[in-house]
Amino acid sequence: MNELLSSQKQRVLTLTLNRPEARNALNNALLEQLAQALEKAQHDDSVGAVVITGNARFFAAGADLKEMASRDMPATLNDPRPQLWARIERFPKPLLAAVNGYALGAGCELAMLCDIVLAGDNASFGLPEITLGIMPGAGGTQRLIRSVGKALAYRMVLTGEAISATQAQQAGLVAEVTPAALTLEYSQKLAARIAQHAPLALQAAKMALRQAHEISLTQGLQQERQLFTLLAATEDRQEGIAAFLEKRPAAFKGR
Amino acid sequence: MNFILSDVQHGVMTLTLNRPERLNSFNDEMHRQLAEVLTQAERDDSIRCLLITGAGRAFCAGQDLNDRNVDPTGAAPNLGASVENFYNPLVKRLAKLPKPVIAAVNGVAAGAGATLALGCDMVIAARSANFIMSFSKLGLVPDCGGTWYLPRLAGRARAMGLALMGDKLSAQQALDWGMIWQVVDDESLNDTARQLATHFASQPTFGLGLVKQALYASETNTLNEQLDLERDYQRLAGRSEDYREGVSAFLTKRPPVFKGK
Repeated sequence: MNELLSSQKQRVLTLTLNRPEARNALNNALLEQLAQALEKAQHDDSVGAVVITGNARFFAAGADLKEMASRDMPATLNDPRPQLWARIERFPKPLLAAVNGYALGAGCELAMLCDIVLAGDNASFGLPEITLGIMPGAGGTQRLIRSVGKALAYRMVLTGEAISATQAQQAGLVAEVTPAALTLEYSQKLAARIAQHAPLALQAAKMALRQAHEISLTQGLQQERQLFTLLAATEDRQEGIAAFLEKRPAAFKGR
Repeated sequence: MNFILSDVQHGVMTLTLNRPERLNSFNDEMHRQLAEVLTQAERDDSIRCLLITGAGRAFCAGQDLNDRNVDPTGAAPNLGASVENFYNPLVKRLAKLPKPVIAAVNGVAAGAGATLALGCDMVIAARSANFIMSFSKLGLVPDCGGTWYLPRLAGRARAMGLALMGDKLSAQQALDWGMIWQVVDDESLNDTARQLATHFASQPTFGLGLVKQALYASETNTLNEQLDLERDYQRLAGRSEDYREGVSAFLTKRPPVFKGK
């Protein structure tokens, strides 16, 4: 059975985690497929944005514990997993997560790695690694605290307790809460709205946003300006401004 | 011992609080049995309405104080635990249940019994029934949703009076204040409540569930948020089988047959 379903509608590619029997647990094989699908989408000009989703009950309920249990210290040291996560993170186009049900552990980390998270009103987010005698290992301690702040991040990581979609929205982890039956549809709509913009501008803007957590404000402002300047050399910038002034829709070419 | 009687007929689950010799007051075991039956009501799609009533002459006298004997020399009791473990989950589950919940208040409803009844979606009371917010007379706070539901049902002034004084409120007065749906003569309570429940069980349950959730959401939403929610719920309702059936029945001038989906 295919554990990662892929479907494209216009410029939006939807990747569906499909291991229902394992609560969509993210084992290495599934992460590899995800990384490959994103690398393919990166070089496919017909893809403007990507939505990652799961099913009605599980976005992804963690890593694959059976896989993890069999790895001792040396094996964990040389685990290919960090590389897989890094490949997923390198995806330069807008990446959305449509989360229904549980996004726990690696599932929560995957959602946080995405640029925008939409959550169903039944969704919950948590990092329960601590209850297993381990800790988040794919950005959980880093990305969470940057989006929700110290108080909630420490509480979630040290207790392992999950938060609801509404709490996650209030804390800044989630952009929008929707009825669960509409999460995917609304995520795809949002992705479609994003994907109609100039691809190079999207890529540059995403790059600039990413930098915000990496470097100082002064450096960030410099980088932002460089990227901004870079876009001045694109045809799409001329087209975008011309279309606005002429009150017509822009036809972007990705150049 | 069955402290909760449950019976499913024609899409209606009737829950009878059944400790008549203790005026159906709650103890831990009764809470556990109620929780179990609620799980069935949540999971079974063929149940399309929930009707809650009491056995004997009372609806429910709230928490059984025999379980709450306070030894004057011992440590203070932890009442928060029973609120946390039993009453709060109960209130949340009834509010979240996507089908109508009717309380048929057959007699006195006191303490958590009163606030439980007032938290149901539709309340029908026997003329002789009373609601008593007895908490304050013992130095306690209205629980089982009382402090949330009371001001919303009665307005703040009346909620304050009811909760601070802890006096008896007649069914008629509750009706006059808009806190409950209907008062009927004692002997017709059962029939009236059953009729309403059976009616609901033949209605578009999915849509009714959305109506209920929307009204609850309105308590905390801004107008803009609520308008967005109405858009979302209408989108979902418009995709239901029952909406299609309702429109088709209307156009062909026949009675609709709703499946609740």
